[in-house]
Amino acid sequence: MNILVCIKQVPAKDAPLAITGNWIKESDIGFEMNEPDSYALEEALRLKEKHGGEVIALSLGPERVKQTIKEALAKGADRGIHIADDNFAQLDPLGTAKVIAAAIAKEKVDLVLTGLQSDDHGFGQTGVLLAALLNLPHATLIMQIDVQDAKMKLKRELEAGWFQHIECPLPAVLTIQSGINKVRYATLKGIMAAKKKEIASLTRETLGVTFEPTQKIEKIYVPTKTKKTEFLTGTPKEAAAKLVEKLKFEARVI
Amino acid sequence: MKILVITEQRDGKWNNASFETLAAAQQIAAASSTSVCALVVGKGVAALAGELTAKYVAEVLLVEHDLLEAYTPDGYCMALKQVIESAKPDLVLFPHTYQVRDFAPKLAAMLGKGMVGDCVGFRSEGGKLVFVRQMFQGKTAADVTFTGAAPWFVSFQSGAFRADQLAAHASGKAPVTSVTVTVNSTDIRTKPLELFKEAKSAVDLTQAPLIVAIGRGIKAPENIAQAEAVAKAMGAELAASRPICDEGWLPMERQIGSSGQTVAPKLYLALGISGAIQHVVGMKGARTIVAVNKDANAPIFEIADYGIVADIFEIMPALTEELQKAK
Repeated sequence: MNILVCIKQVPAKDAPLAITGNWIKESDIGFEMNEPDSYALEEALRLKEKHGGEVIALSLGPERVKQTIKEALAKGADRGIHIADDNFAQLDPLGTAKVIAAAIAKEKVDLVLTGLQSDDHGFGQTGVLLAALLNLPHATLIMQIDVQDAKMKLKRELEAGWFQHIECPLPAVLTIQSGINKVRYATLKGIMAAKKKEIASLTRETLGVTFEPTQKIEKIYVPTKTKKTEFLTGTPKEAAAKLVEKLKFEARVI
Repeated sequence: MKILVITEQRDGKWNNASFETLAAAQQIAAASSTSVCALVVGKGVAALAGELTAKYVAEVLLVEHDLLEAYTPDGYCMALKQVIESAKPDLVLFPHTYQVRDFAPKLAAMLGKGMVGDCVGFRSEGGKLVFVRQMFQGKTAADVTFTGAAPWFVSFQSGAFRADQLAAHASGKAPVTSVTVTVNSTDIRTKPLELFKEAKSAVDLTQAPLIVAIGRGIKAPENIAQAEAVAKAMGAELAASRPICDEGWLPMERQIGSSGQTVAPKLYLALGISGAIQHVVGMKGARTIVAVNKDANAPIFEIADYGIVADIFEIMPALTEELQKAK
């Protein structure tokens, strides 16, 4: 079973974000594997361990994203694909998917996995769009995958604690819900082995993909507050005492 | 310009986010002098279409087919593509539900169009519609515009508009128009099976008047006892954001957010929770929200009534002590 996992590299969770126009200043912050995608990668590795085949880690973005591909290789992916694009932040969801779909179309894969959304743009569309562009069946927010012959039995998460079982033929595209598994760490052996693994380099141009964007992020900004927050200051003891006072006599909730 | 709202139902029961999106559509229509059509899709859902005729809409479209009884992305895309091609709306609006996330981007792509998803608001600027959505887990907002020709596809986040602002028809009723679509069973590649809930949860957070919730800031499972002490001193239930339950540090039944429970307690104390959208939709209805976070820019402070910018490990023991003293 050959599985391709789409992985995005995003600003580290605690990175201070400095806004410049419609993106952020990248020079002073750290980056990491998009957390939802790390669950998709883990699921791919587990399926490979069970059913054999190879895992390909694909990432679109500037040179820095190679680090995240290397992390995937260190965890056990067999090879990487880097679609180099310095302007990736300006791509719309459909454009992003068109570039990735062109790269996937060159491979022979049984399953394409993505996380449910990215922690930066948060479009949450790439997996579904890949299915549309590659003309594959798909399912989203998957919490369990059982492969039986040429099809899968899936557990899909719905809202408010509901789930649904779905049957889906292979090949297919799935988006993985966070929490489906427990993500592994790379071992030292894995890190050493990753150095010998191949990362293919592609670009929009070499893939021959051209498109007009469907939407534009005009600007990003710190959202305006909807509530007036009263900040309580002082030492921890003072702040805690003030809070109890407020909750008791002002908000009257305790 | 013409607006089409795709409503959502399952087994003949509304997803109430549909009404919020209809309210959003009415507001966009008012700002751009246009009209709203509402669409109901499924099987045996004529009564739901009938209900919508009392709302302030120009027309209700009814799409019924045996193969649309249970939702599938293939079936819905096939049917709705035909409706959009014949009704020719300029703007197609959806509630941003899990189901919509599953098919709407594909539907737009089948028509060669893009979708702006999970929007929290809109503005009309010189005749051009600007949609506002969140990025970076709610730390920033983004103004997004469409660059290509209509139709444009937009989904609105749950709670972004209020269903109780949905206007009724001034006089009489809107007409219902049935739209015939062709869907073949061979078009549908996935097979939906049974819906189910996991083991019944022992704790019903929706009934808890006081909730103390922890997020990533708690750092390790052994630190949860400190939050439990705060909850105990307050007489509150303990809850968490998704990452804590994903890690298995607290059971899934204590998760608040879009994939967990939605609560509206008297008091919600968020300890070390950044306030990502997926969490906030599950608790923003709380009467009083208190946030403790060492990051002064954490989005949770945008909805907090009281805030303490500090290390939760310093606040938790102090707060437990003050709460015990106040008893």
